[in-house]
Amino acid sequence: MSTATDEGANARPLLSLRGINMTFGGVRALKNVSFEVMPGEVHCLAGENGSGKSTLIKVISGVYTPAAGAEIVFDGESIPHMTPGMAQARGIQIIWQDLALFPEMSVAENIAFQTLSGARPRPVNYATIRSVAEEALARLGVSLDVDRPLKDYAIAQRQIVAIARALVGEARVVFMDEPTASLTQSETDHLLAIVRNLSASGVAVVFVSHRLAEVLEISSRITVLRDGALVGVYPVEGMTQSKITELMTGRTFDQNTRARDVSGSSVVLSASNLSRPGEFSDISFDLHRGETLGITGLLGSGRTELALTLFGMRRPASGTVTLSGRPVRFASNREAIAAGVAYLSEDRLSLGLNQPQSIADNLVMASLNRILSGRLISTEKKRSLVSRWIADLGVKIGRQDDAISTLSGGNQQRVAIAKWLATDPKVLILDSPTVGVDVGARAGIFEIVARLAEAGLSIILISDEVPEVYFNADRVIHMEKGRIAGVYDPRASTLKDLEASVYA
Amino acid sequence: MNALAARFNAIFGADMAGPFAALAAVLIFFGFASPQFLTGATFGSVAFQLPELGILTLAMLLPILTGGLNLAITFTANIAGLTLAWTLQTNGGADAGPAAFLLGSVLALAVGGASGLVMGLVIAFTRAHPILVSLSMMIFLRGLGEFLTRGGDISGFPAFVSPIGHGSIFGIPVPLLILIACVIVCHILLSRSKLGFSTYMIGSNIESARYSGINTRKVLVLVYVLSGVMAAIAGIIMLARFNSVRVGHGESYLLITVLACFLGGINPFGGFGRVLPVFVALVVLQLLSSGLNLLGANQHLTTAVWGILLIVVMVLRWFSATFVKIVK
Repeated sequence: MSTATDEGANARPLLSLRGINMTFGGVRALKNVSFEVMPGEVHCLAGENGSGKSTLIKVISGVYTPAAGAEIVFDGESIPHMTPGMAQARGIQIIWQDLALFPEMSVAENIAFQTLSGARPRPVNYATIRSVAEEALARLGVSLDVDRPLKDYAIAQRQIVAIARALVGEARVVFMDEPTASLTQSETDHLLAIVRNLSASGVAVVFVSHRLAEVLEISSRITVLRDGALVGVYPVEGMTQSKITELMTGRTFDQNTRARDVSGSSVVLSASNLSRPGEFSDISFDLHRGETLGITGLLGSGRTELALTLFGMRRPASGTVTLSGRPVRFASNREAIAAGVAYLSEDRLSLGLNQPQSIADNLVMASLNRILSGRLISTEKKRSLVSRWIADLGVKIGRQDDAISTLSGGNQQRVAIAKWLATDPKVLILDSPTVGVDVGARAGIFEIVARLAEAGLSIILISDEVPEVYFNADRVIHMEKGRIAGVYDPRASTLKDLEASVYA
Repeated sequence: MNALAARFNAIFGADMAGPFAALAAVLIFFGFASPQFLTGATFGSVAFQLPELGILTLAMLLPILTGGLNLAITFTANIAGLTLAWTLQTNGGADAGPAAFLLGSVLALAVGGASGLVMGLVIAFTRAHPILVSLSMMIFLRGLGEFLTRGGDISGFPAFVSPIGHGSIFGIPVPLLILIACVIVCHILLSRSKLGFSTYMIGSNIESARYSGINTRKVLVLVYVLSGVMAAIAGIIMLARFNSVRVGHGESYLLITVLACFLGGINPFGGFGRVLPVFVALVVLQLLSSGLNLLGANQHLTTAVWGILLIVVMVLRWFSATFVKIVK
């Protein structure tokens, strides 16, 4: 690729977008956004969840077509209608957050995948596939057995396979969507080293991340998006984490934790030496009245499994649970609900709510006995119960009979919380309550949590977003590989300490 | 026009519009085509023919709402009918008393319920697909019935049995009364009871229902038991109407019940649909059949026309859904 034009190319952006607008069902996902990548630079695209980062990548890769008036220029060539094929042909490579790999196929097949696809059927040459794959891995300075199925490798190696695949297609610019989300610190360091190598060899890398430490470490420039609009493009030199946070959220971050001392109030739920082989072991803790107990840890830490056990959907192999002083051993979640334990699922789309059904039906689903009159469901009691909770939690709805799927993520989550509050619980387990909830609506969810705790409800708040539990819980349990790795008091330890141990 | 539509929806529900429109179309078309159509005779024959199909459709409707199916309804009806027939025969045949009839009916309902119970348990606990489970039950019941009857008819019942199939009270046919009672029971059950509520929730997402503390296994088992009991009621009416029981009677109704459910706006994947539109849809199908009969059409042609009607309904539904989207 080294030609005479290289001289002037450094001054000219490799990729430049201007006037990008994107609307989904009345919601403006991107508002007049512009974006620029210089050849060979490491650029960070920052913004909170829902700020439009992923939408912008999808525009660049040709998955979405922006509204009229958009201008996309790649290497001096104006491309009015980008398609995925065109993006690939020009060396625009995307490594999606879910990696989009084939676990059952070999490492070599995964890497050489794009060289295999084509309009005309032709025989597969496995020797070529292997050499292509080995060459790509060698460029990254990594050695993997290319014949082994991908599923044999951990997430960090799969990430590398995805990068290798991107390099096979003569990459000019590689987008990495949250590449470090599930990596440990040393794996992250390795990945950052690879990114530096790529950049040195002239490939531009756009790092999409909200992990601020990495952003500062690796990028030369940073583009910040907020609510679908461009906040600005900044050189990383002279940037601080809190400055970036401020730019991303649009407000000076409230650095005060909500932690209170509730050790004086009575113990509502107590777990001692709870174990389930392969999921978690030797879990002991006390949950006080009015306490918000945070549980954090990476994927596979056993947090959801523990929650489901407390909720009676799984039986502990050993250990005991006491609720209000009495030992309990639930045979099903119906018994748990009756005893006053509620569980808000992390998977709102398929487990937490019944998406096709109405707002009202979803809200009363767990508390049918409270709206009976005789043996039949009273339409009046149902309406008034629903209206009361809708008003109490400030849910914005059209009609009670509308399908719950018509609501925004934040409003759906409020209904899901209302569903459990209607069962009059003593303990409310919130498993990742902000997943798929817009940034603006998250604060509202946590205000509800704080209000409920103030009113005496005991809450277990599970999240893999460490700051969420740090700022909203009274105590934080860090789980790792099914064990309690540490208990933190947000008033006595810093967010950094907690993050350091979680991501270690 | 819009205000009128809104009032209609408020009174009957939006899902009644299609079946009512079809009803009007059938009445108008045959009213002009045949002078004898809009007479008491037509409605009398419909009133006597509707109940078997109608009750079997209810038996089909309940499992469909959970996202399942019960292919064994017609043979469950046959076996229930056989149970009643044998009870009458062992208690004197044509001379059997009302007590024997009552006992036989209870046993018939129990047999129907048992057929549903077995299917419900297998479906709820093994998560096997309802189509396979009920198909197995259907084949089992058919084989069992044909073995026990050697493929023949069982007949010779006391005289008081006949009015259940042919008699009228205050001018209303007895089988129609039974159908209406079943429709009302199912309607209240589905729209007002915990079981009905859970049925809908399970139909659209069984896992979310389970996470909300609904006893999904119990609900599934009860739904199939109820379906079996409904099939047994249809079996008793069939016994009284034909004055005989034969394994295979009413077999052709099986797929018609599925189609009647869809014509009545039941979601084929479960979770949505009401009893009343299905009832109107049934009336439409039966009127269509009687109307074609009056015009001298072959009975097989009637079946063909039912098929065409259902295809037209699917296409119209797609049109109206698309049209609504464009208007919005």
